[in-house]
Amino acid sequence: MEISTALLLNAIIAGLLLGGFYAAMSVGISISFGMLDVVNIAHPAFIILGSYIAYIVNDRFGFDPIVVSVVVSPLFFLLGMVLYRIYYVCFERRGQESLRGLAFFFGILFITEVALVLIFGVDYRMVSTRYGDVTWRAGAVDFPMRLAVPFLVSMTMVIGVQVFLTRTFFGRAVLAVAQDQLALRLMGVDPVRVKELAFALSIATAGVAGAFLIVIQPVQPAIGREFIGLVFAVCVLGGMGSILGTLLGAFVLGLAESFTSTFFGPSWAPAVSFGLLLATLAFRPSGLLGR
Amino acid sequence: MLGNGVVGISRRVLGALVIGFALSGTALAQQPLKIGFGMSLTGPLAGNGKAALISMQIWAEDVNAKGGLLGRKVELVYYDDQTNPATVPSLYSKLLDVDKVDLVVSGYGTAVIAPAMPLMMQRNMAFMGLFGLNVNSKFKYDRYFQIMPAGPDPAVDWTRGYFEAAMALNPKPGTVALVGADAEYPHLALEGARVHVKRLGLKVVYDKTYPPNTVDYSPIVRAIQATNPDLVYLASYPPDSAGMVRAANEVGLKTRMFGGGLVGPQFAALKTQLGPLLNGVINYEAYAPDINRKFPFLDQFLAKYQGRAVKEGVDPLGFYLPPYAYAMMQVLEQAIKATGGLDQAKLADYMHAYEFDTYVGKVRFARNGEWSVPRMLTVQYHGIGGNDLEQWTKPGHVTVLYPNEYKTGAVKAPYHENKK
Repeated sequence: MEISTALLLNAIIAGLLLGGFYAAMSVGISISFGMLDVVNIAHPAFIILGSYIAYIVNDRFGFDPIVVSVVVSPLFFLLGMVLYRIYYVCFERRGQESLRGLAFFFGILFITEVALVLIFGVDYRMVSTRYGDVTWRAGAVDFPMRLAVPFLVSMTMVIGVQVFLTRTFFGRAVLAVAQDQLALRLMGVDPVRVKELAFALSIATAGVAGAFLIVIQPVQPAIGREFIGLVFAVCVLGGMGSILGTLLGAFVLGLAESFTSTFFGPSWAPAVSFGLLLATLAFRPSGLLGR
Repeated sequence: MLGNGVVGISRRVLGALVIGFALSGTALAQQPLKIGFGMSLTGPLAGNGKAALISMQIWAEDVNAKGGLLGRKVELVYYDDQTNPATVPSLYSKLLDVDKVDLVVSGYGTAVIAPAMPLMMQRNMAFMGLFGLNVNSKFKYDRYFQIMPAGPDPAVDWTRGYFEAAMALNPKPGTVALVGADAEYPHLALEGARVHVKRLGLKVVYDKTYPPNTVDYSPIVRAIQATNPDLVYLASYPPDSAGMVRAANEVGLKTRMFGGGLVGPQFAALKTQLGPLLNGVINYEAYAPDINRKFPFLDQFLAKYQGRAVKEGVDPLGFYLPPYAYAMMQVLEQAIKATGGLDQAKLADYMHAYEFDTYVGKVRFARNGEWSVPRMLTVQYHGIGGNDLEQWTKPGHVTVLYPNEYKTGAVKAPYHENKK
């Protein structure tokens, strides 16, 4: 295939837009798995929950799904606090977080899916937005608003999380939890409380990412499972616990998928993405920006 | 004395046995006639699977209201196959060995029918399939039957309408792009498309598949556009059908014909969600309101189905899969009544030999178990003005291009100039 400049530029833009979306889906995992060591395999289920809340409000009242997700993110935050408290009391405090904790989150994943099936049925759901079918063109380069709007909000969210974690006392406490809980306790900070709030933040980001997902593609209750591998891959590729690493990892996978689809054949995209992950881990086991 | 005693005992034993047999016979008659199947009630095809299940439940209620089959009430025993082919073999083993069902039928779609076939062949079961494309081409099982009107050469007949419509264009097309999901149905549909491409001497400029969980389809559409094909044939499942149609609109795909084998737009959910984005797309449908007079049998089914579907939150139109799910059960019903039993060989022989009168019209099976004459419609969507469902129930938005006996118009090309 002849590689034209327009095709190349569009592949780059498409990859970056896709990477922005992947970053939004993965930033929560970077906090919970990367920093708190909580293997929240149910993270995609909360993304789908966010999709359905955005859908129902959009369908009934016509509000923009992304605005809705930002407004209801405190509810996701509260949900995250409750969930972590249960996890802590039942598993982490007893030192049973590894396997039983994993089973707990698997259970949460299935319960969420079944609840969504019972409430909303099994059909695919989509939202209508004013920008959903609009494509902004700059010369030969396309910016589909369906991906560009989630990208912009995602960047704001991910950079906001990064600033929060590096520039505030609480954020530094979260980073400290990831490194040495005992030292944090000796300084008079309750690590459980810090982990509870940080986990809640990760679930809040999942709710917002859910709105992005339903803007980008139709959603059904079980679709979250398809993203479990992806979100953990982005987190590991970027470096455990590094938000900027997660952003970089998401862009790498987005660009890899876009370039492979454009120039070599889309069926190779997963192999190339996960090949990159393996190669990175072989040469840099801590991930792109991991310590 | 002894002799009389023995005779006396024998008479009592005989009497008890007769009563016992009579009672067991009554008990057998009261046992339900179990029909087992897996159905996609969760997963990507759950919306379609649930609509099919409702149809089959309506059939069971109708039959039971008339006294059942062979004097026994009909009971449907079903499990969720999660739209996952890996669950199918164990699920059917359970139906046959644990639930002891009398008959089995398939779940919805090629991907879940194929994995059930080896077990069906091993147990010599007559097996009705619900919308599987060309499943029997490799198995060549003489007790397999398919209710989808794809025709005796399914893969080739399935794609024939698209290419017949394409070759009616003036000037004739010269190049084609073939694209589909990495899944059972798209692969089989693309195989059929390649047969037509070769037959018609078209040049293939793009022939690739994509992973079903792709998020952004625009790089694929741009890669296709870079090859500048006259025709784009797409075989896809619902999520990627939506993704490809949206990407074609965003990229501004320029080609003369786009579509062909999209699963999804036959159902109300994608019809309403995609709305005007479907304008100009070529696809297949089992029914179009524009040719309602040629489908008089369908109204009886829709009267039973549509109200129930709205309550259950599944496809409220019921034009595509649901009537065929009901018809599949009607075929079994008529075969059981005619043969007077559940002998699998006799059922299969009868289904091969006779024609069936169903809610999807007269059904006769070819030697390979497919419909003896294809009837799937090739259509082009146009004039869709919004996202409401009502417009899809009225004539004027779906032009039938093929088969010729149902044809209501010619294809409007190019695709990108038919976006209204």
